[in-house]
Amino acid sequence: MDIRREELLKQLSALDFVVIELNLYLNTHPRDRNALMKYNTAVEQAKMLRMEYERHYGPLTAYYSTSGYPWQWICNPWPWHYSFNFRLAGEEC
Amino acid sequence: MWIYEKKLEYPVKIKNPNPKMAKVIITQYGGPDGELAASLRYLSQRFSMVTPEARATLNDIGTEELAHLEMIGTMVYQLVKGASIEDIKAAGLDPYYADHDRGVYPISAAGNPFTAAYIQSKGNPVVDLYENMAAEQKARATYEWLLDLADDPDVIDPLRFLREREVVHFQRFGEALRIVQDYLDSRRQFAISKPDEME
Repeated sequence: MDIRREELLKQLSALDFVVIELNLYLNTHPRDRNALMKYNTAVEQAKMLRMEYERHYGPLTAYYSTSGYPWQWICNPWPWHYSFNFRLAGEEC
Repeated sequence: MWIYEKKLEYPVKIKNPNPKMAKVIITQYGGPDGELAASLRYLSQRFSMVTPEARATLNDIGTEELAHLEMIGTMVYQLVKGASIEDIKAAGLDPYYADHDRGVYPISAAGNPFTAAYIQSKGNPVVDLYENMAAEQKARATYEWLLDLADDPDVIDPLRFLREREVVHFQRFGEALRIVQDYLDSRRQFAISKPDEME
């Protein structure tokens, strides 16, 4: 399970990075159709991966995400914890 | 507004405490060319920026800098977390310890607390974009000096990522500057009075 979380987080971070990079590029190249297509694809892929991650490991935001009971948002680990990439979200709750 | 996401932009996982490294890396948290200064600079300048391209560039790079601030804070936190008092003393981090224990506080490598005097928001789009290009180069140089001082792969990896982002941001600001100069139809003209289009 831990390995799976780490792997999922890695994939999501990589996709989100593609989105950030294309976002900044498109700001100064708004008519680049090819980049725009890549951006839209990456956003859709990240959306699906984000849903999968949250279903298993808890909310990534306290805004767009729903929560199981009890309120999951406060659960450790936080991103600055060394264990962030290893433990289940909610384990320390 | 902003929405926080409970993950880092790029992973930080430092196994071995190293207060000596924390003492210098903290400069990218609260130092003159650090991520806090960068974020505050761009997010403040965007209000008076012209052209859709340049406005969005300031908004989004300013936002990404907040993610970098979180990465640097994480590095400092992990570098001092398990450090013994002896290690902290040996690293010369005892004055910091006296004021902050192992907390993360925005100062430069030399211990100066963060100040808005590090940044400028001039109300002139050309001036501000030149400042930002310089700021990205200064931050890139700082990351290179930090890389010179680092020997732990866990520290080097995120520092290299952050250095690379400075290069990309410099590129985007350069493009934004070109777009703004075309818009103002006064290429290479530095001392311009505020045109009506800016209102």
